[in-house]
Amino acid sequence: MSTLEIKDLHVSIDTEQGNKPILKGVSLTINTGEIHAIMGPNGSGKSTLASTIAGHPRYTVNSGSITLDGEDVLTMSVDERARAGLFLAMQYPVEVPGVTMTNFLRTAKTALDGEAPSLRHWTKDVKAAMGQLRIDADFAQRNVNEGFSGGEKKRVEILQLELFHPKFAILDETDSGLDVDALKVVSEGVNREHSKGAMGTLLITHYTRILRYIKPDHVHVFVDGRIAEQGGAELADRLEEEGYDRFMVTETAAVQA
Amino acid sequence: MAETTNVDEMTLNPTAIEGFSEEGESLSELNAGTEQLGLKKHSHGNAPVIPEASRGERLKSYDLADFAPLTGQEEDWRFTPLKRLRGLHTDPLTGTAPTVTVTGASNVRTETVERTDSRIGSAAIPEDRVAAAAWAAVATATVLTIPAETIADSEVLVDVSGSDSAASAQHLVIHAGRFSKAVVVLDHHGKATLAQNVEINVEDGAELTVVSVQQWDDDAVHVSSQQARIGRNARYKHVVVTLGGDLVRLTPSSVFTGPGAEVEMYGLYFADAGQHLEQRLLVDHAVPNCKSRVTYKGALQGKDAHTVWVGDVLIRKAAEGTDTYETNRNLLLTDGARSDSVPNLEIETGLIEGAGHASATGRFDDEHLFYLMARGIPERTARRLVVRGFLNEVIQQIGVPSLEERLSEAVEQELAAGNL
Repeated sequence: MSTLEIKDLHVSIDTEQGNKPILKGVSLTINTGEIHAIMGPNGSGKSTLASTIAGHPRYTVNSGSITLDGEDVLTMSVDERARAGLFLAMQYPVEVPGVTMTNFLRTAKTALDGEAPSLRHWTKDVKAAMGQLRIDADFAQRNVNEGFSGGEKKRVEILQLELFHPKFAILDETDSGLDVDALKVVSEGVNREHSKGAMGTLLITHYTRILRYIKPDHVHVFVDGRIAEQGGAELADRLEEEGYDRFMVTETAAVQA
Repeated sequence: MAETTNVDEMTLNPTAIEGFSEEGESLSELNAGTEQLGLKKHSHGNAPVIPEASRGERLKSYDLADFAPLTGQEEDWRFTPLKRLRGLHTDPLTGTAPTVTVTGASNVRTETVERTDSRIGSAAIPEDRVAAAAWAAVATATVLTIPAETIADSEVLVDVSGSDSAASAQHLVIHAGRFSKAVVVLDHHGKATLAQNVEINVEDGAELTVVSVQQWDDDAVHVSSQQARIGRNARYKHVVVTLGGDLVRLTPSSVFTGPGAEVEMYGLYFADAGQHLEQRLLVDHAVPNCKSRVTYKGALQGKDAHTVWVGDVLIRKAAEGTDTYETNRNLLLTDGARSDSVPNLEIETGLIEGAGHASATGRFDDEHLFYLMARGIPERTARRLVVRGFLNEVIQQIGVPSLEERLSEAVEQELAAGNL
């Protein structure tokens, strides 16, 4: 069993207007086998948390800690974090021209495992995983994300999740831009990997829609860089009915007070 | 690749010149050079440039005297550091030219001919002073002939090996007879200060690939005009790969002389600190229903690495049904490198299938790097993966496996040398 622990995390970014705090003290503990949903309005810092865990250079950690089974994640480079078992399914996967999916997947797998995968099994695994996510076979020969539609890019993110078997998956608005069919396919992929029992999942989303397919154990509501409320799956149901207004009102009131 | 900066004529000339359009150099007379020769040190990009109304009107002549001495202000020399030409544009070209050795195909004829041979001048007319000087200087030429209706039984390997740094001249003729088929590789290496004319005659229905590899020693200077005449229904592929040399300037051109022909022109260049690698292309659509595709890709690393790509495509009035597209992409791997990219399209008829061009010059993209590293790939491997992928598109066009392998290896070495 593994534990990803985030303690009192303060994160800022540099903007033209100067340094801007985004996360203002976030604490969260995720264990293997758990699904945590982080919900919240736009600009509340959800994606910042995801990118900070993965080590995106744009974000500066001012205080607090992130540890994976006690190891300090913040001192690791981006690739070391991935090799330690963290996986970020990106909100906007970038196109990498000139690098085929096949080459990319094999290079990544080799880096993650420390040895090249057995060619015969690997090819079979990739094919099977692509089939389950209904990704056309010809994608293997195409360049990474190049010319893929929004939905195709998200499926390819989940393909990697299923091939790389991370200890913790952070899904950054994987549901955004997906139609219902694609949402189901992608959710099934996450559930398949999760059901193996070796992964903890942090699901970041703006909408409750994906939570109909991926059932969270814990729901955390982000408002203005902090966790404003947390609970079980029932909190998501309540949000679906009431939206985020309740939290926004409180915040406005607090500002006025 | 990061398309953060799109370098075109306009951005290269921060001091905007009136009459300059994105379509080319329709310079107003206000900008005719008024400096006295030699008084102003020419600076690239904003020197006054001698205008040229149409690419089709550029002076062509076998007579050196027809070309004025170069000042660096000429449109087609404005990016070239003349003082690094080591006299190719001023001195008699009396040095020993690189040795030409032809191996490979047994059914392709190789001859050394006197300059009075009628095949000299069958496909090309010099378009600049250095080409004309080389034309005037050579006593003999090497002529390769792929006889009509002959399929070369293997690649034709033309080894061009230099050992003298004095300014020299060389002339090669490649004659692909009707319905012949061949791949010819010009493999340039060693020491040289060389002005070279390569004439390529692709007769009706012939299928010819010419690959020109420049892997010179670090101090070599090579100026090469590689003009091709393309006959009816012929297929011509031209690939340049330039890795080594202090200054390499190539001017490949394809002139269609009969309808139904197709041309593909590819280029790969990798400039390190201090290298000047320049390529100026012309595709002349003079007849109807021909197709051309141009793809050049460059990588640059190190201080004062400089690459130039100018792609001129001319669609003349008669060239109805033309289909053309050209693209140039450059990847700046470090600070201090400079890439100039200028696509020009002149169209004299609207009755065409299509005509377009694209140019993009960008830095190594941090988001690419983040994406690959977030999948566990170490930074160094990630960078190489991207650059290799970027350049491979051109290498895989060569179609000679052993050469493709050698050049891939050479690109790897460039990357290793640049600490990438």
